[in-house]
Amino acid sequence: MAQVTINENEVDIVIGALHSDLKSFLNEWKPIFSRFHLIIVKDPDLKEELQIPGGFSADVYTKSDIERVVGSSAVLFSGYSCRYFGFLVSRKKYVVCVDDDCVPAKDTAGNMVDPVAQHIVNLKTPATPFFFNTLYDPFRKGADFVRGYPFSLRTGVDCALSCGLWLNLADLDAPTQALKPKERNTRYVDAVLTVPVRSMLPVSGINIAFNREAIGPALVPALKLAGEGKFRWETVEDIWSGMCVKVICDHLALGVKSGLPYVWRTERGNAIESLKKEWEGVKLMEEVVPFFQSVRFSQSATTAEACVLEMAKTVKEKLGKVDPMFSRAAEAMEEWVKLWKSVGSS
Amino acid sequence: MAAAPSPSSVKPVPLLKDELDIVIPTIRNLDFLEMWRPFFEQYHLIIVQDGDPSKTIKVPEGFDYELYNRNDINRILGPKASCISFKDSACRCFGYMVSKKNMLQVAKDPSGKDINALEQHIKNLLSPSTPHFFNTLYDPYREGTDFVRGYPFSLREGVPTAVSHGLWLNIPDYDAPTQLVKPHERNTRYVDAVLTIPKGTLFPMCGMNLAFDRELIGPAMYFGLMGDGQPIGRYDDMWAGWCMKVICDHLGLGVKTGLPYIWHSKASNPFVNLKKEYKGIFWQEDIIPFFQSATLPKECTSVQKCYIELSKQVKEKLGAIDPYFVKLADAMVTWIEAWDELNSPSDTNSSKKANGAPLPAAAK
Repeated sequence: MAQVTINENEVDIVIGALHSDLKSFLNEWKPIFSRFHLIIVKDPDLKEELQIPGGFSADVYTKSDIERVVGSSAVLFSGYSCRYFGFLVSRKKYVVCVDDDCVPAKDTAGNMVDPVAQHIVNLKTPATPFFFNTLYDPFRKGADFVRGYPFSLRTGVDCALSCGLWLNLADLDAPTQALKPKERNTRYVDAVLTVPVRSMLPVSGINIAFNREAIGPALVPALKLAGEGKFRWETVEDIWSGMCVKVICDHLALGVKSGLPYVWRTERGNAIESLKKEWEGVKLMEEVVPFFQSVRFSQSATTAEACVLEMAKTVKEKLGKVDPMFSRAAEAMEEWVKLWKSVGSS
Repeated sequence: MAAAPSPSSVKPVPLLKDELDIVIPTIRNLDFLEMWRPFFEQYHLIIVQDGDPSKTIKVPEGFDYELYNRNDINRILGPKASCISFKDSACRCFGYMVSKKNMLQVAKDPSGKDINALEQHIKNLLSPSTPHFFNTLYDPYREGTDFVRGYPFSLREGVPTAVSHGLWLNIPDYDAPTQLVKPHERNTRYVDAVLTIPKGTLFPMCGMNLAFDRELIGPAMYFGLMGDGQPIGRYDDMWAGWCMKVICDHLGLGVKTGLPYIWHSKASNPFVNLKKEYKGIFWQEDIIPFFQSATLPKECTSVQKCYIELSKQVKEKLGAIDPYFVKLADAMVTWIEAWDELNSPSDTNSSKKANGAPLPAAAK
């Protein structure tokens, strides 16, 4: 297959800073990040000054910047959701986003993994959501479509979202991690695959990349737990956002890939402590599954914005009565689209 | 690459020895069994000999097996033998029909390298599948992994696994056009994952390295009319896979793909393959949408009922493409009739003695 070129001018790396001291984080990433433009967004709730080492081309946004740009809507961007502000102000075609407690991983040969390059390759090569290829991504070197794969489906569709994985501390929920405190993910699975159409998945915000032009508005900072905290175990914003993106991609005939690249996620927090907070999120998930399975869009919804607005209406109608959190999520989705139109487009 | 002890040094514990059969379709001798001896010799083999029944297939010493050639198939099934393909590995499904065991693993002439495929297939079949929601860390029941954050708890019990679809290193299972364009491509990538194919998603099922739960899905594993006298070949496993997946989705059963890998060493001739596959390449453009939109009524509560219903839809909707599909639909019905006959509850010691086999007396 044709070689993919990584063009720095097409990429923004967005970092949501939940820690003030980003020195060791950014220094670990320097070999990979230094050639790209960075957008660093500080969690508005973080009091300390950010510490950012030199050698990077970075724009930094703090609470006052956020308030200046979006006014009262700044409330959408607290905690892990601060990164969505970065998505909003970016003007690049591709956005790569990793959590600030992740560092580069090594593959089975011991080489440092460049997740930016892998994400861009994933996004620039077609996805194949309509039929499953048993040799995984057929566009990877050394692989192809297998016997029995219909020829008319081999051109594939554009890939809009690339979901990476994590070695060491995998993105398990609090109950699971509490039950298996010593469990670490040591298995490097050398595959990228397209998640089939109509199939739902939990999209973790820890290591993702997306085509902002195609799907930017669909990553919504909408679902906030009442007890949302500063550990991934205490959030579901990315899970909600990911499920919205998937159904919208399915409708717009865009692809979602999962698998490589890996990042190495470092330890922090205590799963048992987080258990108390996360329970809320776990219960909410049970409500949303049947909802997402039955979401339909109208023929006229041909853009990500239009899809988000339609979804917001249905969320309010169908889920609003289940829990007020969903009504607030629907409102946030509408607010987000307004912001996208005023701030997010040049 | 796969990391496992070499065949000569290992004596694996034979899991499910009395519940598993290994079905081998063959037209040549079975020397490859030597490579698999440490893994296979504890299990019962069902050998289906395709091609000329007057030829004697040599089975290496010490294996416990039944062998059926074309004459046996004709004798046992009578007029229903017409549904079993000739000169095509599709004949393997006769082995599925006569097996008395619950699980089957199919080996098609791999040269056998270092991987205990059997053990992995068994693990895959004995642990649940998760077709209703994709887990980004793949099979959550494997050691060292689990369900990820956001995976609904109500879906974590999974569903029973009906099929375990393994992969191949070295010669990949490409179609003829791809083989012609990339004759030297070898699959060297060992992907250490097993995953459930989501509900509503079809895939190309390769019969080379396959295991399934006969009790859960057996009657759906019919490999169609292929080979000699038929307009199409090399689509037997594809056909079985599409039917099987639609039925599994309907009945709430799971299909896994990924590990184990086997080493595929025999590259078939792409020009010969092209002639066999040619019609299939065109027909699959209509066949796929048919299967993608096939729905089964809720009254179809057994595999057989689902299969018969599918055969009606095949006749109705695909019959217009080519009369072959009308014949195939009829053969599908014949298959189910034969299956039910051979597998009726009253049928304990069957009259279907194999030809030339030392009636299950071979060394255990």
